[in-house]
Amino acid sequence: MDTDVLKIDRLHVEFPIHIGTVRAVNDVSLTIERGKTMGLVGESGCGKSTLGFSILRLLRPPGRITSGKILFQNNDIVSMTETEVKSLRGNKISMIFQDPLTSLNPLFTIGQQFVETIRVHEPQVSKKEATARAGEMLRELGISPDRLKEYPHQMSGGMRQRIMIGIGLVLDPELLIADEPTTALDVIVEAHFLDLLKELSEKLQLSIMLITHNLGVVAQMADVVTVMYGGRIMETGKAEAIFAEPKHPYTRGLLDSVPNIKITQPHLIPMEGMPPDLVDPPTGCVFHPRCPKVMDICRQQVPGGENFDNGHITACWLWRK
Amino acid sequence: MEVRGLVKHFPVSKGFLGNLFSKSKSVVHAVDNVSFTLQEGEVLGLAGESGCGKTTTGRLALRLLDPTSGDVLYRNKSILHLPSEEMRRLRVKMQLIFQDPFASLSPRMTIGQSIAHPLQIQTRLVQSEIVDAVEEIMEKVGLSPASFYRRKYPHQISGGQRQRVGIARALITRPDFVVADEPIAMADVSVRAMILELMSRLKEEFGLTYLFITHDLATAKYICDRIAIMYLGQIMEMGPLDEVFQHPVHPYTQALLAAVPVPDPKARRMHPIPKGDIPDAINPPPGCRFHPRCPSCTIQCQEFGPQMEVAGPGHLVACWNRVGR
Repeated sequence: MDTDVLKIDRLHVEFPIHIGTVRAVNDVSLTIERGKTMGLVGESGCGKSTLGFSILRLLRPPGRITSGKILFQNNDIVSMTETEVKSLRGNKISMIFQDPLTSLNPLFTIGQQFVETIRVHEPQVSKKEATARAGEMLRELGISPDRLKEYPHQMSGGMRQRIMIGIGLVLDPELLIADEPTTALDVIVEAHFLDLLKELSEKLQLSIMLITHNLGVVAQMADVVTVMYGGRIMETGKAEAIFAEPKHPYTRGLLDSVPNIKITQPHLIPMEGMPPDLVDPPTGCVFHPRCPKVMDICRQQVPGGENFDNGHITACWLWRK
Repeated sequence: MEVRGLVKHFPVSKGFLGNLFSKSKSVVHAVDNVSFTLQEGEVLGLAGESGCGKTTTGRLALRLLDPTSGDVLYRNKSILHLPSEEMRRLRVKMQLIFQDPFASLSPRMTIGQSIAHPLQIQTRLVQSEIVDAVEEIMEKVGLSPASFYRRKYPHQISGGQRQRVGIARALITRPDFVVADEPIAMADVSVRAMILELMSRLKEEFGLTYLFITHDLATAKYICDRIAIMYLGQIMEMGPLDEVFQHPVHPYTQALLAAVPVPDPKARRMHPIPKGDIPDAINPPPGCRFHPRCPSCTIQCQEFGPQMEVAGPGHLVACWNRVGR
């Protein structure tokens, strides 16, 4: 059996706007294996959320996929009809968002929202059965099933985020896309949430795409890390390798600018410059205007992938022999 | 700077009918008996989860809010009962840097105007002197060339630059005490490092004293000399930063430190941390406020609130069960 749940092949996403075209995702290829967690990291505006939304074809107009393939269990999502995509959403591929208050409907109880999710995809299930399943899910999340009768505002932020993941997982999906799931949470609640996510992913053989700017969260959770910048992938590889021996100067820069509570760094090393304008990106490597190791070729040509051990790939001219 | 036994209760509105029919008034115990001192040139971190009262404490220290009880002393003089004219003059010396540089800058003012505003209110300088002062401080915070950025509006500059504007505006009156309320919480990873480095440099250059409010302990590590950990309106533990981080005594401090995700896959957390949410600040638990979540809670903890006790040089902790007691 194929172990790849998701395979993205040379995906391009564009947003035509009045002053030009934003190339939000530019020639991105990646693979997520069954039961593995991929951390997708980068700064605001690097295209990581757009990539997440593209997988479920939830891009807001005028955003559109202009070329490339998104293979989910070997079926191309890009060429599916709307009905086919709908049957995947929530069912096979789930998504949870940053802000659990705005993604739950304040007018319905938690129970109603669970039941709706289940019955949209499995209309043959009775309301009673659906409620029972929702109750089981809540127990799994460490919340009393009695609270199905409550409304979102009656719960704390951490609980709402657990409810979100519960609704996301109640249909037993293969892939979970989590877009900054802990950014709105306090550290202790965040730690609980991450523990829960890890436990569930192991139990359900769930594959996760974890989109975040928090390198700490990625280091704690991910098997594989992909670093994006300016709509492109800069580097991808096993988490240990990326954190211990980053090959791309951008990854190095990110790691040097993050405070680490466990070790003593005398100074943080901030990265100079600003993220690129994606309407008119720099020629050659998108990172070259900020790169401390820039060479002539970087300004002219887009780097290809350089391979290292264990699937560690970086798009940087420094490593071309 | 010193605060003594600060208490701030916010009344809760129950609506018209609620007020008519209920006898008791409920209050949010935002800050309950908080005391600390700040030496000149020192950075004290105030850390804790959302709703622990750290921002309220910062505002009380600047007398932007009046406390329910307690006292705030600036250079050994209480500022709570100063007449408004004298207070206004003192505000020059005490400034605030806000969390969200977008919300705290007027979109209708150029950044030059925003930065100049405190001088126009506080001093009698003429326009040309103000422009000189604005350009000087802008260069100092890295908004260079100042003559170019001065004319920009907040939406025309990046988030990192907006936070620099916020810092420039706070420093233009040459304060010696600055409350920084989560100054980097909204910023991107690479911008955060830049702002932190800038704040440390300015501290040396201007001889500033910071009260640095943050929820991120890893950030506190870079800038603070001492740290106070707050929970539900009270300080649980306070001391020199290295001491508190290496030998945390309070179970809450230990939990907070353990929960910080470390950016190193080889240092994955193995131990579980205390469950539960922060209780309601309207009806805080009796005894030690942390007892419902505390792994080593005893009967004593449920009934009596512990006092701050010395756990080491400059290291204070409020816990009945601390090791070695």
